[in-house]
Amino acid sequence: MSKILIRGAKVLGGEPQDVLIDGGTIAAVGAGLSAGGAEVVEADGKVLLPGLVDLHTHLREPGREDSETVLTGTRAAASGGYTTVFAMANTFPVADTAGVVEQVWRLGQEHGYCDVQPIGAVTVGLEGKKLAELGAMHESAAGVTVFSDDGKCVHDAVIMRRALEYVKAFGGVVAQHAQEPRLTEGAEMNEGIVSAELGLGGWPAVAEESIIARDVLLADHVGSRVHICHLSTAGSVEIVRWAKSRGIAVTAEVTPHHLLLTDELVRTYNPVYKVNPPLRTERDVMALREALADGTIDIVATDHAPHPHEDKDCEWAAAAMGMVGLETALSVVQETMVDTGLLDWAGVADRMSVKPAQIGQATGHGRPVSAGEPANLTLVDTAYRGLVEPAGFASRSRNTPYEGRELPGRVTHTWLRGKATLVDGKLT
Amino acid sequence: MQRHLISAADLTRDDAVLILDTAEEMARVADRPIKKLPTLRGRTIVNLFFEDSTRTRISFEAAEKRLSADVINFTAKGSSVSKGESLKDTAQTLEAMGVDAVVIRHGASGAPYRLANSGWIDAVVVNAGDGTHQHPTQALLDAFTMRRRLIGPDAGLGQDLDGKRITLVGDVLHSRVARSNVDLLHTLGAEVTLVAPPTLLPVGIETWPCEVSYDLDSTLPKSDAVMMLRVQRERMNAAFFPTEREYSRRYGLDGDRMARMPEHAIVMHPGPMVRGMEITAEVADSDRCTVVEQVANGVSIRMAVLYLLLGGNEPAVTHPRTEEK
Amino acid sequence: MDTHDTQSDARPVLEGPDIARVLTRIAHEIVERAKGADDVVLLGIPTRGVFLARRIADKLEQITERKVPCGSLDITMYRDDLRMHPPRALARTEIPGDGLDGKLVVLVDDVLFSGRTIRAALDALNDLGRPRAVQLAVLVDRGHRELPIRADYVGKNLPTSLRETVKVQLAEEDGRDTVLLGAKPAPQ
Repeated sequence: MSKILIRGAKVLGGEPQDVLIDGGTIAAVGAGLSAGGAEVVEADGKVLLPGLVDLHTHLREPGREDSETVLTGTRAAASGGYTTVFAMANTFPVADTAGVVEQVWRLGQEHGYCDVQPIGAVTVGLEGKKLAELGAMHESAAGVTVFSDDGKCVHDAVIMRRALEYVKAFGGVVAQHAQEPRLTEGAEMNEGIVSAELGLGGWPAVAEESIIARDVLLADHVGSRVHICHLSTAGSVEIVRWAKSRGIAVTAEVTPHHLLLTDELVRTYNPVYKVNPPLRTERDVMALREALADGTIDIVATDHAPHPHEDKDCEWAAAAMGMVGLETALSVVQETMVDTGLLDWAGVADRMSVKPAQIGQATGHGRPVSAGEPANLTLVDTAYRGLVEPAGFASRSRNTPYEGRELPGRVTHTWLRGKATLVDGKLT
Repeated sequence: MQRHLISAADLTRDDAVLILDTAEEMARVADRPIKKLPTLRGRTIVNLFFEDSTRTRISFEAAEKRLSADVINFTAKGSSVSKGESLKDTAQTLEAMGVDAVVIRHGASGAPYRLANSGWIDAVVVNAGDGTHQHPTQALLDAFTMRRRLIGPDAGLGQDLDGKRITLVGDVLHSRVARSNVDLLHTLGAEVTLVAPPTLLPVGIETWPCEVSYDLDSTLPKSDAVMMLRVQRERMNAAFFPTEREYSRRYGLDGDRMARMPEHAIVMHPGPMVRGMEITAEVADSDRCTVVEQVANGVSIRMAVLYLLLGGNEPAVTHPRTEEK
Repeated sequence: MDTHDTQSDARPVLEGPDIARVLTRIAHEIVERAKGADDVVLLGIPTRGVFLARRIADKLEQITERKVPCGSLDITMYRDDLRMHPPRALARTEIPGDGLDGKLVVLVDDVLFSGRTIRAALDALNDLGRPRAVQLAVLVDRGHRELPIRADYVGKNLPTSLRETVKVQLAEEDGRDTVLLGAKPAPQ
């Protein structure tokens, strides 16, 4: 394999250095490295991060290839600076058997834009009734370690307890979509001042918080670790903070959109803002940012949820829930966390690469940018500011809430084990 | 006025008073030998009803026909158009037939707003009730009824409802009528009190421009008008209240309670009434109850709205009434 | 009726006493032509036509010593230029008690110009009843008819150019009685 010299990159936002890639590995990091026949990429003060890892992506294949495929989804991931995505299990058929997870994993390997680590369903058909064959999925070629019924909550306390216990045998983790189903019947948006005015079904914060509270207590009781998907409320932050202070093995994620957007946007009745969990209030947004900064929330995960145009070009009630996020995540994090002074680039690397790789056990990802490590890298032009233009997305879907919004930062290069997947903002 | 009528909150005080004043003149057309005006001749209006509502549809239809508009009725109930695309597709199909205005009733909150603001169609959109969001012409006809009864048909011209004490009782949570009325009555200067069991009040109500009470009996003597909202019996099964009997006892309006209202105070109901639930037959049939008047006033209000939105080359420009003082 | 603001250079062509005198004359003419005004109903066209109709009704009462029915006829909804402007606020249509069937209706307006207002008024009348005959009284006829309509009773014939404006002011609305002839502001 060829050599690449990245010249003058601010590694994790530090002083400019040169990084030499040889084959799939970082050969050297230092000042004034000689090119010696390597292809030179002038970083010119751009920030170099370990390749991003997304613990929460919907690739839609198999079943909803009209909205996304493993190919289009991993191309979107590479565009956004990702080298690994964890693909959620709510496909058709559901990823609740070794066969489905192996298929998704293989597609990722074949396309080569980004490692795809399938997430297995906790229960058969995501129905919350019967455990899926978690062990078989773990032992498959896909080597599943993260299990989730995302989109649905494992609401039965006994099933949740058993799942938490069972995956301990092979070091797995259950990622809970915290949504008490009875409290969210007919729910369409955050319950509060705006929902009262708009006459849309309210989605109370307590529906999320009560499940998180229950699950951290369950995890404590059975000595398991639990991961909480897309925290969206200030109250959820408080519960996770309390659980961590007690030494409970809980990790938590926040989506970029919950760090930036509030339920005030729903006043437009534009379903591009319809998402699960719903956009919350300004107060929640601020609490989530603070929690991500202080480590209460461990990681940023996109919950990239592609939907075809017709599922959003309709009235609110009829619209699908979800937003695409892979190609805007880093920009939103820069806008909300870095440019606000809450997090430095080393912190971003930690929340978007190191920690998610640890939680998901994605070996070879989320590693330090130093000699001998796998060359999974992302180069970011942090000085850039521009309008989000969905027409240019690599994702098959365009359901972004940021259309026309000015955001900072642009990923220019992504390398997956030394192979460039994105060069000068263009997919290879 | 704005180009569409989506929410009562979109109306300024002058907009609302202009509509009420115009409706007052429209009401007189009903007394003429020929109950028809040529004003909207050549305009085509479609009544696009995704929800069953014979009353509202007939009221709009009567208003449209009295103004000589061409009327198309499209009732899309049931499962054939339950998918989201059909609102857009249906509206675009109708507009391709040369529709100038769409009067829409839809079960989804915000559907009229989407129709008006998504670039799907150019026609004027009038909200005839959307989900649990808004029903602006209902609020206008209620305000019109209040002004006529509490101030007078002629004395009320140019007037708002400054200082009138209006009480709305019942299922506020699921009521587009309540939301529209709170917005409009506040704009018109009235003091609004909502009375309901806490289960039937939305979380977030604290920012509404009104008072909230759980106690009907203490509110009645301080009310110039009491509007009873419909309570669907199904709510009982969803634990919003224990039994029909308990609801009626605490929040229903019967003769004894009506007697505690001031002499001049009126009883209103947007219909259809659930007799024996929120209102007893004695109250419903008394001459203080304006239900039948509200229906007649609905036609006048809808004529006024349609005239002011469609009668010219753009919506009416509002200014306080100065003529005929 | 022209509704432009009174220009500073507008000059009065009729003053209060003139207006009183011509209305008295019109009242006498109505009595004469209607042979006693037994079945006359006056309908003023809002806004100023209504005040003129009431004044004529008062004078008719003085002459005939009987009350003469007097009402108003709003023609807004019958206008042929509705689509050229935002909708206008409506004025009152008030038909006196016995209705219009078989009556001699005298329409009263302040200025007769294109004749389109009167055309609309005739349409409106059609929906309100079937008078025996309809006549028209105006304070000022400024010419420039666009329809085959003429007045039966004219306070003053005022030859004008299209560049001129005629503004009637009446005490009930404007605080004084006068008819002003002015010039339209030059196009920008």
